[in-house]
Amino acid sequence: MSDTNTGMVEKYRNNFLKEVEANVEEGEWVKMCMQCGVCSGSCPLGPHWDHPPQELFMMIRAGKRDEVLESTSMWMCTSCYNCIVRCPRELPITHIMHGLAHYATRLGIEPKNQPTRKFAQLFWNNLAKNGRVNELWLGVNLYFMDGFVNGIKVALGMAGIGLGMLKAKRLSLKELVGGHTVKDKKGFQAMIKKAQELEAARVDN
Amino acid sequence: MADEMKIGAYICNGCGIGDRLDSGQLETTATRDGKAQVCQQHDFLCSEAGVKMIQDDIDNEGVNRVVIAACSRRAKTEAFNFENVSIHRANLREGVIWVRPDTDEMTETTQEMADDYIRMACAEAKYTKIPEKSGEQGVNKNILIVGGGVAGMKAALEASKAGYPCAIVEKSGALGGATAQLYKTIPTKAPYTDPQDNFVDEMVAAVEADSNITVYLNSTTTNIAGAPGRFAADISAESGSTETKEFGAIVQASGFKPYDASKLPEFAYGKNKDVVTQMELEVLAKAADGGAIKRPSDGKEVSSVLFIQCAGQRSKKEGHLEHCSGYCCSASIKQAMYFKDQNPAIDTTVLYTDLRTPGAGGENFYRSGQQKGVIFTKGIASEVVDGSNPTVKFKDLILDEENDLEVDMVVLATGMVPNSGQPTRAELTDQDNEDAASEKAGEEVEIRVDVESILNLDYRQGKDVPHMANGFADSHFICFPYETQRTGIYTAGPTRRPMDSYQAMEDAVGAAMRAISEAENAGLGKAAHPRVGDLSFPSFRKEGCTQCKRCTVECPFGAINEDEEGYPIYNESRCRRCGTCMGACPVRVISFENYSVDTVGQQLKAVDIPDEFEEKPRFLVLACENDAYPALDMAAQNKLEYSAFTRVIPVRCLGSTSLSWITDSLNSGFDGIILMGCPSGDNYQCHFVKGSLMAQERMSKVGDTLETLNLEKERVQTFEISITDIHKVPQIINDMAETIEQIGMSPFKF
Repeated sequence: MSDTNTGMVEKYRNNFLKEVEANVEEGEWVKMCMQCGVCSGSCPLGPHWDHPPQELFMMIRAGKRDEVLESTSMWMCTSCYNCIVRCPRELPITHIMHGLAHYATRLGIEPKNQPTRKFAQLFWNNLAKNGRVNELWLGVNLYFMDGFVNGIKVALGMAGIGLGMLKAKRLSLKELVGGHTVKDKKGFQAMIKKAQELEAARVDN
Repeated sequence: MADEMKIGAYICNGCGIGDRLDSGQLETTATRDGKAQVCQQHDFLCSEAGVKMIQDDIDNEGVNRVVIAACSRRAKTEAFNFENVSIHRANLREGVIWVRPDTDEMTETTQEMADDYIRMACAEAKYTKIPEKSGEQGVNKNILIVGGGVAGMKAALEASKAGYPCAIVEKSGALGGATAQLYKTIPTKAPYTDPQDNFVDEMVAAVEADSNITVYLNSTTTNIAGAPGRFAADISAESGSTETKEFGAIVQASGFKPYDASKLPEFAYGKNKDVVTQMELEVLAKAADGGAIKRPSDGKEVSSVLFIQCAGQRSKKEGHLEHCSGYCCSASIKQAMYFKDQNPAIDTTVLYTDLRTPGAGGENFYRSGQQKGVIFTKGIASEVVDGSNPTVKFKDLILDEENDLEVDMVVLATGMVPNSGQPTRAELTDQDNEDAASEKAGEEVEIRVDVESILNLDYRQGKDVPHMANGFADSHFICFPYETQRTGIYTAGPTRRPMDSYQAMEDAVGAAMRAISEAENAGLGKAAHPRVGDLSFPSFRKEGCTQCKRCTVECPFGAINEDEEGYPIYNESRCRRCGTCMGACPVRVISFENYSVDTVGQQLKAVDIPDEFEEKPRFLVLACENDAYPALDMAAQNKLEYSAFTRVIPVRCLGSTSLSWITDSLNSGFDGIILMGCPSGDNYQCHFVKGSLMAQERMSKVGDTLETLNLEKERVQTFEISITDIHKVPQIINDMAETIEQIGMSPFKF
C-alpha cells in the first residue's frame, strides 16, 4: 500500500463518500445517484463489469473503499457517454469512472494487469515523449505488453496488416528511430511539467 | 306545454344516410307504424336550418315528442337540444349505415334495420312523459364541512370565497388537524429545496376571520338526515348541547389516524425509546426549535439517525397496511433535513425500497436532500436490535447483502389509517351478514362495529359513506374524483386516499367545488353525474308495492329509505337516476317519467320480427349507455361491421334491466339477447358502482326462465364491456349470429 493510500485511509476513516467527493474528479456527484440503474442498463459493456456504475455508487456510499478502488470495473469504461446522456439525474458518470480510475492510480492500488490500464499508460508515455503519438512504437509496445513470447505471436499474427500498411504508406519504418515530434518539443515538455506540478499541488491540498 | 302528446319525426339525409336508405320508406314507417303526427326530412338536420325546422314545429305545431332519425344519441347533442320536449334518437348513422356494407344485396336488411330504429324511437316517445322538477328541495347554499384540518379549512375558505356559507365541525378542541403538529412542512413553492414554515396558524386565522364560516369545536355530527339540498345535521358539542342545522351539501375531511407503531415489535418500538415514529420526531423537532434534536432516552444530541421507510406499510402481513401512504418519503427527507440543516455532520440515512415523492416539487426535494448529504440506501429493514444505541439490520438491495448499522435514533415511517367511519351494511363481515340476514326475517339489528361513525347518516345502508380499498372513502369513480357513493357528500384529503397536506388542500378545493355544484343542482331538482341535469326521478305505484325492500337494498347510492310501513322513500336528490331500483323491482312498479319498463319494453315490441321461414333472425342488444353504447358507436366510426339483424337499445345501467324485457323479447320472437354492462369487481368501472354486477346476478337466474320456455341458454348472454372494447363489441354480436345459426331460430315467431 502506498503512503498516499495509508494517508487517505487515515484522513477519511470510514467516510469513503467524503473521500471520493474530495479527491475524485466529479466525485461530488456520487451522492446524487438515485439508483435507477439506467446507466448499468445503457452500458454497452455492462455485462462485463464486475460492478456497474450504479452499484459502484452504492458501494461508495456503503464505505466499501478497497472493493471500489481495486475494482477493474471503472477501467472497463470506453467513454461512449451513453450513461451520461441517459442519466435522469444528469450525473457525469463517464467522468466519475475516469476519476475513480485516476484516483486509484494515484493511490497506487489500481489493478495492475487490467488491459485498459496498461494501454492507457503506454499511450501516455508515448505521447508525453514527443508531443505526437508514434504509432509504430505504440503498436510494438502494445504487442509486447504481455511479455516477449506473446509479443512475437501477436506481431506475427498482425504481419499481413503491417506489410499492407507499409505498402500503402500508412506506416513508416523511419518512425522506429526518433520519429516525428511537435515543433517546440522543449516547450511542450515544459508545459507538461508545469501541468503536473499544478496537479500535484491541487491533490496535496 | 300541451297536454296532448304529439310526435314529430325528423329524418336526416346527411352524412350518407340519404344515399344509403330510402327516406320515403322511413317517412312512411314513422307515420304509419310510429304514429308520428308530423314527419319531415332534411338534408342537413343538425344545421341551423334543420334545427329551426324542428323548433318551428315545436313552437307552432305543438310537437312535444321529438324523434330525430339521424346520428347516435351521443352526437350533435348541442344542436338537438330543445326545451320542454322529450327527445328520442333513432341511430341511423352509427347504428345502421356505418356498420353495414354498402352493397346491393345488403340494401334490404339495412333498410329493415333503419325502419326498426324509427319504430323503436317512436315507441319510446309514446311511453315517455316529460319530467318536471319535483320541488322536493330548494337551493340551500350552506355547506357542512366535517373535520377542521387543513383540508376542511381549505374547503371552507374556498366555498366561502365563492359565496357559500360553511360550518366546520371539528371533533378536537382546535383547528389544524395533523398538520398543526408538524414542526415544518414539505416545501410547496419553487425551488422546493428546504422545509417550509408551518402555515396552519395563518389558515386558522383566516378561517376565524371569515364571517361566512362558523366553527364548531369539540363537536361531532350525531345525526345527518335528508338529502342534498335539505340535509339536516345534528351538531352535538361535547358539553351535550345539540343544534340542528340545514345544509345543501357536505364535505367530509375527517383525515387520518397515524398507524399504531406498537404493532411493529420487530423494530423495537415501545421497547427502545430511541425508536420513534415520524409524528413523534415532529414533537422532538418542535422542542428543539432549530437547535440540536435530542433523543428521548437520555437526552443526548443525535449524531446519527436512520429512517425506516414503509414501516408496517405496503405489506400484506397481518396487521400491516397494504397501501403506500404517499407522504412518508417526503416527510423523511424533510425530517432528515431537520438534522442536516442544524448540523451537516449528522449522519442521516433513509432506508427505502422505492422512494416516492409525489407532487410537482417532490423530485427537487429529494435531490435537495441528496445535495445536503442525506444518504439514501435501497434496502429492507428486517429488525431493530435493542441496545443503548439501536442497531438496524437490513438487506441492501443494490449490493445484495445483509448489513447492519448502529445509530443514535431510528425513525419509523409508519403510514396513515383513514378516518372514514364505519363500514356500510354491504361491507360487513360474514358474521355481520348473518345478522343482517336475520334482519330480513323482520328483526332489526344494529350494525356491530368497533369504529365510531363520523357522519352518523340516517341512511338505511349505513352511517358513513362506503369504503373502497383499505378503508379509504374513495369511490373509484374513474372520471369523478371527490365523489362518494352518497350523493351530495364529498370526501377530501386522507380520508379519501393517502396524501400529504398540500395534496389534501388541493383535494379540498375540488370537493368544495363539487359540493357547491351539488347544492345548486339539487335545488333545481337535477341529477348529479353521470346523468347531469336529468330532471326525472323514480316514483312507484304504491298499491302495487309488496314492501319487499329490494330497491332499498340494491340502490348503489343509499338513496332510498323506508317509511314505517316499509314502503320506499326515494329522496330524489340522493338519486343518480341509474334505474337499478327499477331493475330490482319484482313487481315492476318503479319507473321514471322518461325511463320505465315501458319505454324499453315497447321499443323491443316495436321491432318487426320476420317469420322463421325468412331466415332473418333478430338479436336484441341491451347496452349500457356509459360504456358499451359508446364502444358500439366507436366501432361504427371505425366502420367495423356487425350483423344487420341486431337491434340495440341503450339502457341507463345494466342494473336497470328488467327481467320482463328478457321474457318479452324472447316471447315476441327474438332469437338472441346480448347484455353489455361495465366491468365489475374491485376496480369497477360501472358508473353506478354495482349496476352491472347486479345485472349479472339477476341474469344468472335467467337460465330457469329459458328452461321453462324450452330455449337454449346460449340465447341470453351477458358481457362486460369497457369503453375501449371497440373491436370486441362487433365480434360479440357476430358470434351471437353464428351461435343462432347453429342452434336454429327461435320457435316463438309468429
